[in-house]
Amino acid sequence: MSQLQIPGQTLAQKLLATSAGRSQVAVGEILNCRVDLAMFHDSSGPRRLKPMLEELGATIWDKSKVVLVMDHYVPEQDDDSRRIVRIARDWAIEQRLPHVYDSIGICHVVLPQKGHIRPGMFCVGGDSHSPTGGAFGAYMFGIGSTEMLGVMVTGELWVRVPDTIRMQWDNTLSPGVAAKDMMLHMIGRFGMNGGQYQAVEFCGSGVQALSMQERMTLSNMSAEMGAQVGLIAPDETTREWLLKAGVAAAAEMDLSGWMTDDSASATTHVFDAATLAPQVAAPHSPANTQPVQAFDQVRVDVAYIGACTGAKLDDLRSAAQVFKGRKVATGVRLMVAPASQQDQQQAESEGIMTTLREAGAEVLPTACGACSGYGGRIPDGANVIATTARNFKGRMGSETAQVYLASPYTVAASALRGLISDPREILA
Amino acid sequence: MSTHRVWTFGADIDTDAMAPGAYMKLGIEGIAPHCLESVRPEFAASVQPGAVIAAGPNFGIGSSREQAAAALVQLGVKAVIAPSFSGLFFRNAFNLGLLLLTTPDAEQLEEGEQVELDLQTLRLTRPSGEHFQCEPIPEFLLAMVAAGGLMNQLRQRQGRGV
Repeated sequence: MSQLQIPGQTLAQKLLATSAGRSQVAVGEILNCRVDLAMFHDSSGPRRLKPMLEELGATIWDKSKVVLVMDHYVPEQDDDSRRIVRIARDWAIEQRLPHVYDSIGICHVVLPQKGHIRPGMFCVGGDSHSPTGGAFGAYMFGIGSTEMLGVMVTGELWVRVPDTIRMQWDNTLSPGVAAKDMMLHMIGRFGMNGGQYQAVEFCGSGVQALSMQERMTLSNMSAEMGAQVGLIAPDETTREWLLKAGVAAAAEMDLSGWMTDDSASATTHVFDAATLAPQVAAPHSPANTQPVQAFDQVRVDVAYIGACTGAKLDDLRSAAQVFKGRKVATGVRLMVAPASQQDQQQAESEGIMTTLREAGAEVLPTACGACSGYGGRIPDGANVIATTARNFKGRMGSETAQVYLASPYTVAASALRGLISDPREILA
Repeated sequence: MSTHRVWTFGADIDTDAMAPGAYMKLGIEGIAPHCLESVRPEFAASVQPGAVIAAGPNFGIGSSREQAAAALVQLGVKAVIAPSFSGLFFRNAFNLGLLLLTTPDAEQLEEGEQVELDLQTLRLTRPSGEHFQCEPIPEFLLAMVAAGGLMNQLRQRQGRGV
């Protein structure tokens, strides 16, 4: 009698099997998954959900699993913003939502800082950058408001078990090169839909060596690769973060199972982190990526360090390392919108905010700001280099602006020279 | 079987083009007039109910904002035909009752032509008689479109009728 072979499972399969109450699942199966956490913000959440829930006469399935973050229309700049944020605040009180974070930072950064995202969870967010949660070994992705309404009523969501595409980064990054460069490189290679709504998993020594916030940058921009999720197997770096975020249970958490089995079926692409150069994505697509050298004569009018994918503490640290004691070039406007108050406070205490201000930075509120084009906007016709996630035409509020995407190191170096520049030349 | 006028678009049409950030503060009736204006300025004002969009690969990439799909529904667009869609847009479209048809032949469709759509077989027929077979769609998603979207299904579930 032949021995029964249990096929190996990918991390994605294991996470989905758990949320569907199964021992294992096959690629292509459509599952009904139980939602462990649902996040939405002032734009995608209450203003859309409240009227629909009221019309249905339905109630939220489990308020303890809901997190509301006000980050898109804060600080309120006009009557429409005030109305939208007011709806969110009133509804939070009326519903007695236990987890509400108002104007303290961007949802994708605030959630992990408050310890909401933990390995093994199945989570949804009312925002396309919700795959950020994958950095913690949670199956998390973005959904629209109507689908979120379905989750609010039922606590469940359908998922087709995806194939897994493993992005294996060997060796470690050189100084002046960051997770953003890895991600822009991968998006450039595979395109904005290269992920085909499957599960991307980042692995290898180059990924293991990254801090949690750098890992979050990878998972976050899985969205720009068209993946459903961007997973990273949790490890001791993850545990350390969770403990700091107040998740006491993390001390005893068994993380060993949350990984892709060697025998699991997956496509693997191998990269060398050590030889990766800083990357820049030209207008108007994150996939329009080349090494920084290709852009060395491009003038910079505005340098924008902001967004969930570009203004976390580690991003601010990277920028400050380049700016240290230097000033931006004449005519360059440098804007810094830290991703969360916690990150900004820590950056203040490390002297990083002082370095940035002395370099000429205008410090903006800890919110989505100009990245989404909702709050503030960049000047028409400007050449912008930004640490944000998307440079679609008009995305940042101006149809005529030319937006280049790069790491915090590269944005800082470019601000210093007034031309797109390789940060390694300054750090050397 | 029903007949639909084709509007053609290129590859990588993103959500921010369908629901521009600057108008996201408004309701869908305020967003829809600006739908796709950065790509085809005349589209929103000229498109008639029942039209279909034929586009290149990666239709709907970008944001989770379902107003991108909702704006098309608001303008009366019946279906979008493309070689591939953003996964997130795919979910949103069906949730809002917008049919998405996947076929590698989408870009062969021509501006202004009238195509017949058979919802049973998911087959498109051109005036010349040429057929394009679209990829199968799970039954529960077709049912969602037939119901006019997830909200209508939830209404039924809550026992309030449609």
